[in-house]
Amino acid sequence: MLPARAMGKNLFQKVWERHAVRTLPSGQAQVFIGLHLLHEVTSPQAFGMLRDLRLKVAHPERTFATVDHIVPTDTRLRPFKDSLAEGMIVALEQACTEHGIRYFDVRSGHQGIVHVIGPELGLTQPGMTIACGDSHTSTHGAFGAIAFGIGTTQVRDVLATQTLSLAPLKVRRIEVKGRLRSGVYAKDVILHVIRTLGVNGGTGYAYEYAGDAVSALSMEERMTLCNMSIEGGARVGYVNPDETTFEYLKGREFSPKGAAWDRALEYWRSIASDADATYDDVVRFDASDIAPTVTWGINPGQAISIEENVPRTEDAHSPAEQASIKEALEYMQLEPGKPIQGVPVNVAFIGSCTNGRLSDFREVARHIRGKKVAPGVRALAVPGSMDVARAAEAEGLDQVFRDAGWEWRQPGCSMCLAMNPDRLIGRELCASSSNRNFKGRQGSPTGRTILMSPVMVAAAAVAGRIADAREVFKA
Amino acid sequence: MALAKITQITGTALYVPGSDIDTDRIIPARFMKCVTFDGLGAYLFHDARVDENGAKKGHPLDDPRFAGASILLSNANFGCGSSREHAPQALAKHGIRAVVAESFAEIFFGNSTTLGMPCVSVSHEDVEALARVIEAQPSVPVTIDLVAGTVSAGNLTVRSSIKPAARDALVNGEWDPIAQLLAGAEATRKVAADLPYLTF
Ligand code: SF4
Repeated sequence: MLPARAMGKNLFQKVWERHAVRTLPSGQAQVFIGLHLLHEVTSPQAFGMLRDLRLKVAHPERTFATVDHIVPTDTRLRPFKDSLAEGMIVALEQACTEHGIRYFDVRSGHQGIVHVIGPELGLTQPGMTIACGDSHTSTHGAFGAIAFGIGTTQVRDVLATQTLSLAPLKVRRIEVKGRLRSGVYAKDVILHVIRTLGVNGGTGYAYEYAGDAVSALSMEERMTLCNMSIEGGARVGYVNPDETTFEYLKGREFSPKGAAWDRALEYWRSIASDADATYDDVVRFDASDIAPTVTWGINPGQAISIEENVPRTEDAHSPAEQASIKEALEYMQLEPGKPIQGVPVNVAFIGSCTNGRLSDFREVARHIRGKKVAPGVRALAVPGSMDVARAAEAEGLDQVFRDAGWEWRQPGCSMCLAMNPDRLIGRELCASSSNRNFKGRQGSPTGRTILMSPVMVAAAAVAGRIADAREVFKA
Repeated sequence: MALAKITQITGTALYVPGSDIDTDRIIPARFMKCVTFDGLGAYLFHDARVDENGAKKGHPLDDPRFAGASILLSNANFGCGSSREHAPQALAKHGIRAVVAESFAEIFFGNSTTLGMPCVSVSHEDVEALARVIEAQPSVPVTIDLVAGTVSAGNLTVRSSIKPAARDALVNGEWDPIAQLLAGAEATRKVAADLPYLTF
């Protein structure tokens, strides 16, 4: 019998093979991690574990740290007023000094949300394995890296060995064909995907985003897309590297230079999925079916287009879905069967590792000139990093926001999870560009979150209620 | 560093109903400002247990009939959301030794396994059947048998499943991979030497 022609491989398979060290006695694979990112909330405990085991950091030169989750965004004077926050940062600082780890704090000029600074410093590159004690590590997949969140004990494993014990994932190709309609952004695409495939539809899978609508996205938009893979249950989401990727990386601080750049390009091109690659599953979407999308419930899959009505419990397909619709409606205090447009908003938040990048602020600024935030609405713009803030300020975007009635803050995670002083009060409802609308996510146990694109957040801020940005900003 | 071989867990159980119970629900972020996990148990499910005025809301965790329960029963997609190990750690520090649910979010499942806290799946109907037994008889011992692949409570025994790799790791006392990973140092060096990007 003739040998079958070797089938093409997808990016996940290629990167996995290059990084697989061996099969462990447990049956899991030992996998090398090319880049390890640390932040103050999930890492200090891992250094404690390392100390207990009398182990050292194996590859401090592949490890980088920053602070994002708990830093205040109004004043940055140390020590922070919150002594617990101060304690966590001190613990991280000491560990970095002790182990020789590069640490991007406020003085470095590059502090920011870990998933914003990795790419903008050029640390995140195609064909790498990237781990961080944070589920939105999937963001880095935008570059064609296999990037995923890990727990603190696994942070210990990477620190001690630069490897992890893992099982391979299946790969689902998500193809978005055609062109996005105007006013529709990467955020709408991913909310639409999660809404369709479910919040646990991606369990056991890496998502490969492809199709002409995805190829047309900028790197920052691709990051938004990959960022929320985990909200669909997929630990990993990636886009194959292409000219857009290389263009973005050229000249960044940690990007390869000179002859190394050419070697890099060769490697990066080689790990993209082959045209005849096989997948465990393929799902196709038509870009023109996607409208500006907002959540109405308490998980990111509970989403509808801005033109739709809030679901009713009767619309459920199963008793379990009925129970979850009921729970969500009660918590959100929304009227079933009524339009989502018009729901009053108390707070507007633009920021986070999903939508806190320069292009997000540029796009919003383009719309809000001459449009004031509605009376009674608190509006916060929080750049994802010091580099984002500097670039935005150099273009005068901060002034555009301030003139329109927004607070322009210092970089950090801020109201995405409210571990710092920025938070909702009582039952306030927030139009948010972040990624999670879980109960209590934005700091108040009864606070309510509606996820949407930054431009839709801006429209909600101007209208004082959930609104269609295409109407609010009609020329 | 010999680890316990976890083949069977027996204890009383409590049922926390609901699907998509996320890690923010299990341990709200504001309680994560700590450099060790030790004090987390007290804040398990905090916002689901206590209202804005500090009054108890009647959460199963505060029901004296289920005090001391070491097995948690819940519904689909348990532990979704963040990768924070604070969630399984809060459960463990509170005294939970295993979770039985319809399904689990992946990172939560992995984090729990690494702590030696098995997460086993049973069908929706079986969750409800187990819940009925526990409700009728809160002191009934519940046994999770990883080898047999069953969960039993009183006269009721239902089939359970768990990823084979996780089951083997627990049963063979290999749930914390650090010793095996350290033993692979030589092979790790070889793989690293072949990775183009480490020396671009
Ligand atoms: S911005 Fe939000 S989701 Fe992103 S890393 Fe910070 S807390 Fe996590």
